[in-house]
Amino acid sequence: MKAIGLLGASLLDWLEAVGRAGIFLVQSIFRLPVRFKESINLLVKQLYSVGVLSLVIIVVSGAFIGMVLSLQGYSILAKFGSEEAVGQLLALSLLRELSPVVTALLFAGRAGSSLTAEIGLMKATEQLSSFEMMGVDPLRRVIAPRFIAGVICLPILSLIFSASGILGGHLVSVEWLGVYDGAFWSSMQQSVYFDTDIVNGLIKALCFSVVVTWIAVYQGYECVPTSEGIGKATTRTVVLGSLAILALDFVLTAAMFGDF
Amino acid sequence: MSVVDAYIKVQDVSFFRGDRVIYEDVSLSIPRGKITAVMGPSGTGKTTLLRLIAAQLAPDSGTVLVDGQNVHSLSRSELYKVRKKMGMLFQSGALFSDMSVAENIAFPMEEHTQLDAKAIADIVADKLYSVGLRGAADLMPSELSGGMARRVALARAIALDPELVMYDEPFTGQDPISKGVLVKLIRQLNDTANMTSVLVSHDVEESLSIADHVCILAGGRVIAEGAADDIRASNDPEVKQFLNGEPDGPVPFHYPEDDNSDRVAL
Repeated sequence: MKAIGLLGASLLDWLEAVGRAGIFLVQSIFRLPVRFKESINLLVKQLYSVGVLSLVIIVVSGAFIGMVLSLQGYSILAKFGSEEAVGQLLALSLLRELSPVVTALLFAGRAGSSLTAEIGLMKATEQLSSFEMMGVDPLRRVIAPRFIAGVICLPILSLIFSASGILGGHLVSVEWLGVYDGAFWSSMQQSVYFDTDIVNGLIKALCFSVVVTWIAVYQGYECVPTSEGIGKATTRTVVLGSLAILALDFVLTAAMFGDF
Repeated sequence: MSVVDAYIKVQDVSFFRGDRVIYEDVSLSIPRGKITAVMGPSGTGKTTLLRLIAAQLAPDSGTVLVDGQNVHSLSRSELYKVRKKMGMLFQSGALFSDMSVAENIAFPMEEHTQLDAKAIADIVADKLYSVGLRGAADLMPSELSGGMARRVALARAIALDPELVMYDEPFTGQDPISKGVLVKLIRQLNDTANMTSVLVSHDVEESLSIADHVCILAGGRVIAEGAADDIRASNDPEVKQFLNGEPDGPVPFHYPEDDNSDRVAL
């Protein structure tokens, strides 16, 4: 009996936390900016620190994943004499699956953790209270630009990841392993469809970006404002963010590509 | 105790953190236009009092009247309006780390007034001059020393010419010179700008030297309230222990132990 009670209690706690996080999200997005120009400035600043500064890790990992995929794909496809299909393999696996998922995982580690730590530190140094004392809503001023920047950046980063991966794969399969250049591109062109592959991949990336950024800003805002609390909140952002991405990916893949 | 013109009235306020009692039926008044020091040992919830006055926290019972308004019954937008009349100097300074000194001070004006950039720049220079840091306008908060950061925060707290300024432990961690500067500034600002000041501190000497009115909190209640000289002359053992810094007395040296002394025997 006691175990059932505990299970119920933890479920209720969880539901309450989700509810609080939901209200938090709605409040931070739908509170209108007072001064348009200033909001744009804040957003641009965040786009830079969340998006542009993540570019290096995204481009480099994309290239390496493309190169590994080509090597692995080539060694199997060569047994069947269809090594030029490596272009198709590369493009489909990147666009449909690997780009959104790996980009979101890297994003949770690179940008998500830094968002949580930054907001947590602002809380610990009473900057958030200070905004409130000045009659400025910290949700609008601090949370909203960071959230919106995160949501905008991740899908774009995912596209960049795909492009970088395909170029990396091209380098390995065409330049190094000697797959015929024309066949590499034409197998890709024949099998990739804009609406099923590219759009679905982007939808995935958009869902991940909402969830990861939401978790990151919420954990920062709700953290215990001590050095230990900020550390824990940052860890939670990466762990919860990664789990949410992988679970959500399964659901989305089943809905988009599952045959039932 | 009746004060002729109270700017803030705290009436029968109780506040709990979980099971821990922070305040039980605390009442005190803060007279208009004067400097009030709220003193007491660490951990008696002095900062909590400021947050109750600013309505960042709500009491479990009782009311807090600021200039006749019950701050805990206001709507969010009304509350934000009342807060524009308040300035607060946080313990850590709480300067916005992504803005320069001048931008920090300009921020509340950009947010709440229709002044143009030129007028704001003039006021910023003026406020910085009054805290003696006009040359530091373009520095970032990370480049300031602790004492300078607190003076910049003070300049920001008075940017909108508030009626009430609250100082949360302004002297903690400051060297003697900075303490002297802050004491002088607080006195000067209070007298020239006709503000009401509330000072929360456990630095007895500095606080008594500038306060007109003193409240001493201990153990969740007010143990003394009155003019600074009366408090200094008080014969109450608890007040004397605090003011003279005696290690043992009504407030015990030993943190209370549990009664189950068998634990020690194990």
